[in-house]
Amino acid sequence: MNPPALAAHGLTKRFGDFTAVENVSFTLGPGEILGYVGPNGSGKTTTMRMVLGLLRPTVGRAELFGQDVAHAGDAIRQQVGYMSQRAALYDELTVRENLSFYAMAYGVRDSARIGEVLRQFDLQAVADAAAGALPIGWRQRLALAGALIHRPRLLILDEPTSGVDPVSRRSFWDRIYALAAQGVAALVTTHYLEEAEYCHRVGIMIRGSLLALDEPARLKRSTLPGAAWDIFAEPVLEALQELESDPSVVRAGLAGDHLRAITRAGAGTDELQARLTARGFRDVRQEPVEPSLEDVFLALAGEETSG
Amino acid sequence: MSRAIEAIGLSRAFGPTQALAGLDLAVDAGEMVALLGPDGAGKTTAMRLLAGVIRADSGSARLAGIDVAREAESARAHLGYVPQRFGLYGELTVWENLRFLAEVRGLAGRAWRDRAEAMLSFVGLEAFRDRRARALSGGMKQKLGLAAALIHEPQVLLLDEPTGGVDPLARQGFWRLLVRLLRQGVAILISTPYMDEAARCGRVGFLHQGRMLVEGTPTELRRPLQGRMIEVTGASPERFATWAVGVGGIEESQIFGAALRLRAASGLGEAVASDIEDAARQAGEIDVHARLVAPSLEDVFRFLLPTASHVVGA
Repeated sequence: MNPPALAAHGLTKRFGDFTAVENVSFTLGPGEILGYVGPNGSGKTTTMRMVLGLLRPTVGRAELFGQDVAHAGDAIRQQVGYMSQRAALYDELTVRENLSFYAMAYGVRDSARIGEVLRQFDLQAVADAAAGALPIGWRQRLALAGALIHRPRLLILDEPTSGVDPVSRRSFWDRIYALAAQGVAALVTTHYLEEAEYCHRVGIMIRGSLLALDEPARLKRSTLPGAAWDIFAEPVLEALQELESDPSVVRAGLAGDHLRAITRAGAGTDELQARLTARGFRDVRQEPVEPSLEDVFLALAGEETSG
Repeated sequence: MSRAIEAIGLSRAFGPTQALAGLDLAVDAGEMVALLGPDGAGKTTAMRLLAGVIRADSGSARLAGIDVAREAESARAHLGYVPQRFGLYGELTVWENLRFLAEVRGLAGRAWRDRAEAMLSFVGLEAFRDRRARALSGGMKQKLGLAAALIHEPQVLLLDEPTGGVDPLARQGFWRLLVRLLRQGVAILISTPYMDEAARCGRVGFLHQGRMLVEGTPTELRRPLQGRMIEVTGASPERFATWAVGVGGIEESQIFGAALRLRAASGLGEAVASDIEDAARQAGEIDVHARLVAPSLEDVFRFLLPTASHVVGA
C-alpha cells in the first residue's frame, strides 16, 4: 500500500497567545486533488508551511510520502513541485531557458528532459520566444511544465487558473487530471471557489480550523442549515431589500437579473414568493437551486451572524 | 435621456496588438454590468478609454452624455474610477488619502470633511482612519479605493478587477456596498475574470481578444445550455469511457472534480441522463447517478469559444 502523498496529524501552531492553526488533520492520497480554501489570516499559509516542513508545528506532525517532514531529507522535498499563477518565470529568458533554470534548481541533469517537457506541454513552437511575450494561457502551461520538470509526485498549486480564459482553464485541469490518473497528488490553494470546484475534495479553513473537508457535491448537500433559492421579482433591488429584512432569510444577494437567497431550516418552498407577491412585486418566482461552494463557505464562516 | 455610460465602436491598438476592437456598450443609472474576460482580453483598455485616461483610435465614449475625449474635465466630474492598482499613498493614513483625493477633486472647505466622514462610514473604515494605507489588508485597501473614488458623489463608477487577491468574505462585504450604490442610482461597470462575480451583474459582456463575444443577462446567456448540462457522479472516468460508449447525444464530457460533466445535444438532456443511468446499471455500475444541472457561465463561454472539444477517454 502506498503511503499518502501528504498527511497532517493534529497540526497546531501557536505564535505567543495566538493560535494560527488548531488541530488540523487531513490526508492527500496518490492521484488525489485536494482544494484548500480560506480567507486571509485563516491559517491556510501557516498550514502549508508546516506540511512542507518549512515551519515547525507547536503540536502535531506532518508526513510527506510516509516520512515525518521534520526529519525528512532533501530527497523527499525533491518529490514536491510548486506552481503559482503569479508564476516565477523569468520574462527575459526564453521558454527553453526558463525550463533549463528549473531543471538546474531541482537538480535535474538529464538534458533530454527539457525536450520531453516542451513536447508534453505543446511548447515546442515557442521554445525560443521570451517568456514575457507569451499570452497568459501559455505562461501558465510553462509554469506547470517547470514545476513538473523533476517528475514530482506531489504538486502544490497556488491559484493556478485565476485570470485565464475558460478554454485554457479547462485544458489546464485536463492536464492535472491526467497527472492524477498517473498517481500524482495535487494540493490546490485558492481564494476562488469556482477554482475549488475542480478539486476532488475541498477543505475549508476558517479562523485556524479545518471546518469541512469533502467532495464539492457533498459539501453543497450537507453544510447549509437551510436551502438555496433563485428569486425572480421586479423591481429587483427593492425585492432584495425586502429579502434582507425577512427573518426566514439567512443571506440574500444579487444573482444578475434576479436574486439568490439562503433560507433558514424549515422555511417553506414558496414562502418568499407569497410574501413578495403580497407586497406588490411583479413577476415573482421562487425556484430551488443547488447551493454554490461560496454559499457553503459563507455559511461556515458565520458571515450571516456578523451582518 | 442619455445613458450613464456609453461606448460606440471604441477601439485602441498598442503597436501591432489590437487591444480593443469596436466595443459597443451602454449602462443605465442603477444598473451594474460586468465586462468579463481573461487577462489580456481588453478589459483594462476598455476601462481606461472610458475613464479618458488614454485616447481611442476610433469610436467614442460618453459618461452622463458627455464625450470623454472632447470634454474630459466635465466628463470626469461624473466619474469614480478604481483602477486595478489604485493610486493610494501608502505612507499617508486612510484619512489623509481621502483628504488628498478630495482636494484633487476640488472639494473645498467643510464639504470634503463631511463627505469623507460619510464615505468612511459607508465603507466601514472609521476605526482605521489613522492607519497608514500600506498597513491595510487587501480588502480594506479595496474599500478605501472605493471611498476615494466616491468622494465627489459620481453617477458613474468604473471598477477594474476590484476583487483581485481579496478573500471571499471581504468580497461579500464589497458586493453589499455596490448594491447600496445601485439603489442610489449609480451606474456601475465592473471588469472581472471571474464567472461567479460576473453572474451577479444585471448584464454580462464577454470580452475575448478585444471583441465582445456575446452580451446579455446571465439568464439569457445560460439559455442555450438550459437542460443540457449533466452531472454524473459515482463513475470513474476511465470506466465511463467504456460502458457509456453506446450512449448517443453527448457533445462533450469532461472531468469536473469528483464528477463528470457532460453537455448533451439540444433537447436531449433528459434522455441522455436516463440512458447513462441505464447503461451504468447494465454494466453493473450501481453507484452511478446522472442528473441535469444548471449551466454555469463557464459552461456557456467554453461552448461559445472556438475550441478543440475533448472527450473523456478519447
